[in-house]
Amino acid sequence: METGQFLQYLVTGVTMGSIYALVGLGFTIIFSVTGIINFAQGEFVMLGGMLSFILFDSFGLPMGLTVVLSIAAAALLGILLYLLGIRSARKASPVSLIVITIGASIFVRGVAAEIWTKDPVRPPYFTGSESLSWAGAYIQPQVLWIIGTALVAMIVLHVFFSYTTLGKALRACAISRQAAGLVGIDARAMALIAFGLAAGLGAIGGVVMAPHTTVSYESGVMLGLKGFVAAAIGGFKSHTTAFFGGLLVGIIEALTVAINWGPFRSEYADAVALIALLVILVIRSRSLSAGERAS
Amino acid sequence: MRKWFSLLLVVVILAAAIPLMGCGSEKEAYKVGAIFAQTGTNSSLGTPEAQTVEMMVQRINDAGGIDGHKLEVIVYDTKSLSDECVILTNRLIDQDGVLAIIGPSSTGESLAIKGIVDAAEVPLVSCAAGAQIVTEAPTKWVFKTPQSDVLAVQEMYKYMKSKGWTQIAILTDSGGYGKGGKAALESEAATYGMNIIAKETFDPAGTDMTAQLTNIKNTGAQAFVCWTTSQGAAVVAKNRADLNMTMPLVCSHGVANTTFITNSGAAANGVVFPAGKLLVADQLDDTDPQKDVLLTYKEDFEEAYPGKTADTFGGHAYDALNMVVEALDEVGADKAKIRDYIESEITDWAGTGGIFNITPTDHMGLTEGCFIMVEVVNGEWTWLKTS
Repeated sequence: METGQFLQYLVTGVTMGSIYALVGLGFTIIFSVTGIINFAQGEFVMLGGMLSFILFDSFGLPMGLTVVLSIAAAALLGILLYLLGIRSARKASPVSLIVITIGASIFVRGVAAEIWTKDPVRPPYFTGSESLSWAGAYIQPQVLWIIGTALVAMIVLHVFFSYTTLGKALRACAISRQAAGLVGIDARAMALIAFGLAAGLGAIGGVVMAPHTTVSYESGVMLGLKGFVAAAIGGFKSHTTAFFGGLLVGIIEALTVAINWGPFRSEYADAVALIALLVILVIRSRSLSAGERAS
Repeated sequence: MRKWFSLLLVVVILAAAIPLMGCGSEKEAYKVGAIFAQTGTNSSLGTPEAQTVEMMVQRINDAGGIDGHKLEVIVYDTKSLSDECVILTNRLIDQDGVLAIIGPSSTGESLAIKGIVDAAEVPLVSCAAGAQIVTEAPTKWVFKTPQSDVLAVQEMYKYMKSKGWTQIAILTDSGGYGKGGKAALESEAATYGMNIIAKETFDPAGTDMTAQLTNIKNTGAQAFVCWTTSQGAAVVAKNRADLNMTMPLVCSHGVANTTFITNSGAAANGVVFPAGKLLVADQLDDTDPQKDVLLTYKEDFEEAYPGKTADTFGGHAYDALNMVVEALDEVGADKAKIRDYIESEITDWAGTGGIFNITPTDHMGLTEGCFIMVEVVNGEWTWLKTS
């Protein structure tokens, strides 16, 4: 395989991988603070993308403003999901809460299809449509936005969790909610922040992704699954691992298409990512359940 | 408050008028069932189909119904799922007691319910492309209005041959539509001297096809065919532009709606595909026997749904319901007679899909010439007139 060709596959993999990474980060943020796997995570990506299109197309707002508004709106919806769905049922077991998030995701999809459109939509590119050439591979400027945004989001999150009081409080909840409560950290407020943060992150992914891939009311399903795989690689605890897990899933997919031999063919690209999930779950099942006991 | 009162008054008057209206038309309504994929992956097909039916029912009943009978079409959404489609078909037959069924939108769904309508002896006019719907048994009660994949492939290959493109790559989706297209592309290749040097597939809901296109780019094919519906094709067209590919792209008739152009933007320019004549209805010669029906449908649809553009998928439903309505008008509420009428009397019948000649051995009744080649130029469909 030539270098240019290989780079092309790699770029494709990293592009999709960056989005999976953002979804994966959303999973880990909520899980580490609340112990809930939020299956509506993919829907926030869809909401980010759809909202940015609707605001741009129907209200004619400038792209910069639509981006900010879409992310803020999705974050608010994330907080609403927590307040209406999770907090009001806080006595329920984690499994019931997870089922609530599945219900919420179906609800959000249905509402999106009903009030907006069932057709896929595509907001305009942030900057230019001419591809850049790099060592024999072509790169769409939007792809740079996607990869760059994911990187920046990861770095900002890292700084936030390591160096700010709020970030440390969130981490304290992740380590032990009881102990965090004893030192005066309001676990419920932290859960609310986690939901808002995760939803906002998902929406950031959706906003930068939509001009490149198009987005429809159903987009969240597959993205949610891939993000789930990414988060599972890090056992739903480590943000860094979830981030690189996302990139890995994207690269595995692209290379599956590239190999084009035996079971590694384009029609199985999605399946390969999900098989990777099975393998990870089997390997990590022990550490996952150990983590649950601790929290 | 007065506003509410007057509104209430209107409602009361209307309610009082209903029994009166009932007395006026003693004849029982004709019930027809319609099952379309209004949501799910085939929603770009099912939505215009359902809208078309709604518009037609309104028009027919405003004009006094069919021979004095009101037309009632019960429309269900299959969500693009075959099992849902089976349940809804049974409901139409057993509970709603319909005289005929039109739809479903996709080949897979149509194949799933063929056996049911055959056993219940209810005529079905499918709106899906797959040839096997009317070639594989049971076919006695099954008809279809869209042109088959093979006809599209023939038109496509003729065009490609005229351009001198014989070394080709194909990119098909892994759903029912893509599989049908792949089979037709493979079976017709030899006849037209096409050499398929690479085959790629992808998930119809896929969001990035750059990797597949990189494979194709490296094969050195002269052109490539992408067989999928608008959603996937828009991604392919866009990724092709992203990769600065100059290899010509030929799509299937599944992209014949505005979704494809709006979602691929400038990347749609230069894409060529076979399509029913509806797309270029106003450019047709006045002698074209389809021109009248095409323009009527287009104008009626666009008047009923301002801002929407009529597309060939809605046209399939238009043809299907028109056949059933004509049969009802001629033979009345008798399922077997409706079937017989469609089989024997739909000859030289101008529809939006072509000139239909349905016979006992051909329950589609379309032949070569029902497709034209269209190129997207500056975001508009342009007819590539040949010969």
